[in-house]
Amino acid sequence: MTISGQPGTSATQRGIAGGGRSSTNLGDILERVLDKGLVIAGDIQVNLLDIELLTIKLRLVIASLDTAREVGINWWETDPWLNAEAAGRQAVRSKHGDGDGRLEEGDVQELKDELGRLRGRIKELESGR
Amino acid sequence: MSAGTGVWAYAITESDHVTGAGGGSDLSWLTGVGGAQVRAVTCSGLTVLASDVNLDEYGEAALRENLENLDWLDEVARLHHYVVDATARLFPVLPVRLATVYGGDAAVCASLADHREQLLDALRRVGGRVEWGVKAYAAADKAEAAPDQGEAEPAARESSGLAYLRRRRDQLAAGREARTAAVSGAQAVHAGLADKATAAVVRPPQSAQLSKVRLPMLLNAAYLLDASDGANFTAAVAAEATAHPELRIELTGPWPPYSFAGEDDDGR
Repeated sequence: MTISGQPGTSATQRGIAGGGRSSTNLGDILERVLDKGLVIAGDIQVNLLDIELLTIKLRLVIASLDTAREVGINWWETDPWLNAEAAGRQAVRSKHGDGDGRLEEGDVQELKDELGRLRGRIKELESGR
Repeated sequence: MSAGTGVWAYAITESDHVTGAGGGSDLSWLTGVGGAQVRAVTCSGLTVLASDVNLDEYGEAALRENLENLDWLDEVARLHHYVVDATARLFPVLPVRLATVYGGDAAVCASLADHREQLLDALRRVGGRVEWGVKAYAAADKAEAAPDQGEAEPAARESSGLAYLRRRRDQLAAGREARTAAVSGAQAVHAGLADKATAAVVRPPQSAQLSKVRLPMLLNAAYLLDASDGANFTAAVAAEATAHPELRIELTGPWPPYSFAGEDDDGR
C-alpha cells in the first residue's frame, strides 16, 4: 500500500492534512477541483459549468474510460449509488457503444499493440545487420 | 485594455470562524491564484474566502483558453487547492469548484443570501469532516508482461511463430482470469471501506497520463470521515491491502471534503 501525504504531518493529530502543495498527483487535484466542489448558483461572472471543457474531459475521463473498458470494468456506470454520475457520463458512454464483447476487443487491441512492438523490433534487428 | 477585476472563490465557512468574537483566524499570510491575497467576504453569517483576479486572465473568455493549457491549469488548480486545504486546516469549510468568479463583493453577498440555508446544511453535513482517496490498481502480473521485454525475448525469437502465438494466447487467457479476480477484489475493497465511511463516491478511473501509473486502475473512490477517524480508516485500508494481494492500493488524504460539498454536483 502506498500512502501519499506530507511527511512529518500526522494526519490523525492534525485532523486535516491533504497532499503537499507540489507533491500531490495532478489527477487527484483536478478531479476534485474541476469535477467536485461546490457549485454556487447566482450572480456569477464565470462558472466552470458554462465553459466547455472538452480537452480536459478528454484527458480526465474519456481516456480512462477506454482503459477501463479494455480491462472489463464498468460497474460504477450501473451502481445505483452512482446514478447521478452514471447519468452524467451517458453522453460519453454512448459514443463508445455498449461494451458487449469487450474482452475480445481488449484482446484484439493487445495483439495489435504487440504486433506493432514486434514490427518495430524486426526493423531494429534488420537495421542492425 | 483591462477587462476589470473579479472575485475568485475558494471556500465557504461560517463567518464566526473568520470574524468571531475570539478574533477569528488571521488569513493575511495566505495568497491564492495570481499571487493575490486571500480575503474574507462576509454576509448573512457566512464567509467566502476569496481573492481578486484580473479578468484578462481569469475572465470567462480567458478561462476558455487557459483551462485547455495543462501547465496553466496545473498551477492554478494547485493554488486553488492550496487555499482550500490551508483554510480547511483552520476551520470547517465547503470547497468551491475551480473557476467560480463573481463580478464583485455585492454578487458574492447576493449569492450567500440566496443559498444561506442550503450552505449551512452542507456545512453541517461535511464541515470538519475529511475525505480520503483510495485507488486500487491490478497488481503487475507476469503473465501479462509483453514478451519483448526481459527474459522471454530470446525464447520467443528461437521458437516458431505458431508456438509463440499459442503461448501468447494462453498468457492472455491467464491475464484475463487475473483481471476478473482483481476487479471483484476492488469491488470488495470498496464495499468494506464504504461501510466505515459517512459517505462514499466512486469516480471513473483516472487516465494513466494523470495517475502516472501504468497499471489498470480498477477503483477510484473517495470516502467521507470524521477527522478523528483517520487512524482507523488508514488501518482499514492497510487491512484491505493485505487481504487483496491481487491489487495495488493507494491511499491519499486527508483532503478537504471536495467530493461531498455539493448535494448533486455532477453531470450538469
